[in-house]
Amino acid sequence: MSLFISLRSLVSTLLHHSPPDGEMEEELRSHIQHRADDLERSGLGRAEAEHRARVEFGGYERYRQESHEALGGQFFQTLWQDICFGLRVLCKNPGFTAVAVLTLAFGIGANAVVFSVLNALILRPLNVPQSQSLFMIEPGGESTPTQSYPDYVDLRDRNRSFEGLAAYDMAPAGLNAGGKASPVWLYETSGNYFDVLNIRPYLGRFFHRSDEHGPNGSPYIVLSYGYWQSHFQGDPGVVGRTVQLNQHPFTILGVAPPEFRGSELLFAPDFWVPIMNTEQVLGANRLNDRASEGIWLVGHLKPGVTPAQATDDLASVAAYLGKNYPKEDGKISFSLSRPGLVGNMLGRPVRAFVSGLMLLAGLILLAACANLGSLFAARAADRAREIALRLALGSSRKRILRQLLTEAVLVSLIGGVAGLLGGIVLLHWLSAWQPVPNMPVNLPVNPDASVYGVALLLALASGLLFGMVPVRQVLRSDPWQVVKSGSLSSVGRRFAARDLLLVLQIAICAVLVTSSLVAVRGLVRSLHSNFGFRPQGVMLVDTDLDMGGYSGDRVAPMQRRMLDAVETIPGATAVGLSDRLPLSLGWNSSSVFSDNTADLSLSKAAAEALTYNISPGYFTAAGTAMLAGRIFTWHDDAHAPRVAVVNQEFARRVLGSATDAVGRYFKREDGTRIEVVGLVEDGKYKTLTEDPQPAMFLPILQSPSSATFLLIRSDRDPRQLAEAIDGKLRALDPGLPLKIKTWNTELNSALFASRVATIALGVLGALGAMLAITGIFGMAAYSVSKRLRELGIRIALGAQRREVLRAALGRAWRLLAIGSVVGLLLGIAASRMLSAIVYQATPRDPLVLGGVVLAMLLLGLLATWIPAQRALAADPLALLREQ
Amino acid sequence: MSSQAQLLPGTLDLLILKAVSLGPLHGYGILLRIGQISNQALLIEQGALYPALFRLVRQGLLTASWGTSENNRRAKFYELTITGRKRFREETQDWNRLASAIAVALAAQPEEL
Repeated sequence: MSLFISLRSLVSTLLHHSPPDGEMEEELRSHIQHRADDLERSGLGRAEAEHRARVEFGGYERYRQESHEALGGQFFQTLWQDICFGLRVLCKNPGFTAVAVLTLAFGIGANAVVFSVLNALILRPLNVPQSQSLFMIEPGGESTPTQSYPDYVDLRDRNRSFEGLAAYDMAPAGLNAGGKASPVWLYETSGNYFDVLNIRPYLGRFFHRSDEHGPNGSPYIVLSYGYWQSHFQGDPGVVGRTVQLNQHPFTILGVAPPEFRGSELLFAPDFWVPIMNTEQVLGANRLNDRASEGIWLVGHLKPGVTPAQATDDLASVAAYLGKNYPKEDGKISFSLSRPGLVGNMLGRPVRAFVSGLMLLAGLILLAACANLGSLFAARAADRAREIALRLALGSSRKRILRQLLTEAVLVSLIGGVAGLLGGIVLLHWLSAWQPVPNMPVNLPVNPDASVYGVALLLALASGLLFGMVPVRQVLRSDPWQVVKSGSLSSVGRRFAARDLLLVLQIAICAVLVTSSLVAVRGLVRSLHSNFGFRPQGVMLVDTDLDMGGYSGDRVAPMQRRMLDAVETIPGATAVGLSDRLPLSLGWNSSSVFSDNTADLSLSKAAAEALTYNISPGYFTAAGTAMLAGRIFTWHDDAHAPRVAVVNQEFARRVLGSATDAVGRYFKREDGTRIEVVGLVEDGKYKTLTEDPQPAMFLPILQSPSSATFLLIRSDRDPRQLAEAIDGKLRALDPGLPLKIKTWNTELNSALFASRVATIALGVLGALGAMLAITGIFGMAAYSVSKRLRELGIRIALGAQRREVLRAALGRAWRLLAIGSVVGLLLGIAASRMLSAIVYQATPRDPLVLGGVVLAMLLLGLLATWIPAQRALAADPLALLREQ
Repeated sequence: MSSQAQLLPGTLDLLILKAVSLGPLHGYGILLRIGQISNQALLIEQGALYPALFRLVRQGLLTASWGTSENNRRAKFYELTITGRKRFREETQDWNRLASAIAVALAAQPEEL
């Protein structure tokens, strides 16, 4: 209690200089008591006397308010009154308040979510110390930031601008920590990785550069905090334990701190192993192959070194590499990019898209403000009489404006808090979302202080923004006119500003509707486009024989046995095998040369062809159409002449024409001549939005690979089929980690980007549409209610329904039309940006254009339906009687 | 009731100053005093007194202090400050000038023009 009292006195000294509230109350009560004493003396009972005294005193609340004003109050005191009064006014109009709060909640919620994503992916750097000076080195002119290990070593030792340079890549592996082997994802890193990034272990120790003892000499594991918690139950005793990674013994050294989730934002590994042991992890040693690019480089610039200076420094390293290794590094150059989003490969489109999204979200908030501005303006017009009376009674305009602004900010703060709460729920859900099955890909977008700050600022700013709309109206209002005529005159002109706001808002809505339709249409089209294979009805088995301890000569026979095993499953119409799948994550490509090229340096390559190593049954199982020639047989083995099947784009680029490709030859980097024995249709390989890519398919017996995808085409129920496959393969080798899934599931990752884009735009589009509906509704309802009497007279004089509607809603419809056209044009311009993310996103599509027009029409109908009914139902008699 | 006159704007302040100039009073006392000296001829809603009182305090014409009333209740007593006394004299003169001017004007007869 004493705490409460002291708090209260503190607050009162803060808020009030002159008589505190309680003192004034006491004085007024004392007055009533004195009066009651007098009345009691004149013969009344005490209760009756007090009642009379209160009645005679007059409007207690009103005089209290006026007394406060008379005191001239302090800023906070007036503010407090305004807030109380504002809340009372808002409570009196629950409908208006609900619409306003909801509108803002959506607007601010959308902004909070999008800003959170922006903050997580772009603004907030990687969660490592001094992340401002952290950069990634990319080879210039390539779409991926990958380098070869020997180039890394040269870059690490020869540059003079980085404090240290670390290398890493990502790989799947099979981990057996006692029991069954399970697939995991890990980073292979250079020994200095943790030291370069300046990360301290949570438990145990990390590996260092001094732990590198040549190939396969550092069998160490550093667990991520999440994996340690989920798979080792946070047991501190794991340090020093030995586990089997792809059937090789590795020692767990330590655990990384919880806040460090790897050097890629979207890709959190289960653990880290030294890249020195890559042969045990990937099944191949690329550490000495300068042409095999697959690792990413990251490092801190030295203090005082600018990115430009570092780029110059790297150029000299590039010159050195080009001179000494002209074959592989003939035209190499380096540039710097921000780390965290696979360099510029993901970074650029993600930055563009998220910034675009932020812009749209901002526009939505602007639309919401426009909406609320016109709502407030309409209400200020409705309250004109109240305001005029207050002006006439001597209240200052400043005081009235202040009151209106307080109300607006109050609404916006309530809306902002509601929106932020909704946003936080959505963000937590997003953060926990795993868009790609079986891969540690997710969006770490939990809100932080800056998100709350931005939401609060936006709420305040938008409150002030739409609160300002009616200001001019109030400043100009002439109390005398208003009190005399009941409302402001010259209805026509007064709404010019509001009209503009509404057009702006409808235009923004049309932009959103256009872009979401473009995205949805692109997604639908990409789902039905020709991938060059038919994923429907195909079950995949994803495994790597490495993980089961198979290597060298033991791989191919095992693959053959697996194929034979699944072929016997009832209902399996075709089975095949490939080391990689088109449109899955990651791909393999190699340079190819035309047959008459003698110089096999990379700059003379005819094409960079995607490479797939496949079994004879692959094309039938995948449903890829064979256009000419033959498929492979099991006789195309290491002893037979080297052969390949190529796609049409390969034939066009490397062989010169697609028609007579079969029987011609091309060369690989090592000079091997390969005969083309078959031609297949083009497809999509890396992404859905790519241009046609050259691809070649090689027999798995001539270019062995332990990475294995089995394809089983069947009409059977997927779950039964999966069980049958699992049974067959477990019988072959129970220790091999397997993932069995449909091909469509696997493809989710390829469609991930366009799906996210479509969902995001769809949600924003729906929000925009909702705001447009409330905006038009508000405007139409208001204009109908203002002109109801006129409409009643028109009806009485025999006006037709059409004419009444035109009179009542013509203006709303005109505004809708103007706004829609402007928005549609802007939307078409904005959609160009989308085409980078969504496959075949083009706004010049009659379906999209028609859809936008239809959507806007429906919105208009929906929004004006109720006002139109009200206008038509205007009963002249009732109206005339009323006034 | 109909024998009571509505106050002209601004005259309440003057009446309050007058009432208080005769001795310190609490709010209710001021009302009683005005009623007494005006022979109950003026209609003042009781609550309306307080905004005016606070305004006068704020302008520095009155000071207030808590005390105990004749009914043995806590009450706030108002007194004129020095500026208040001066302002009261000025406003009384102004009012008298105005009142007599209006009285003369209203008493004018056609034959005097």
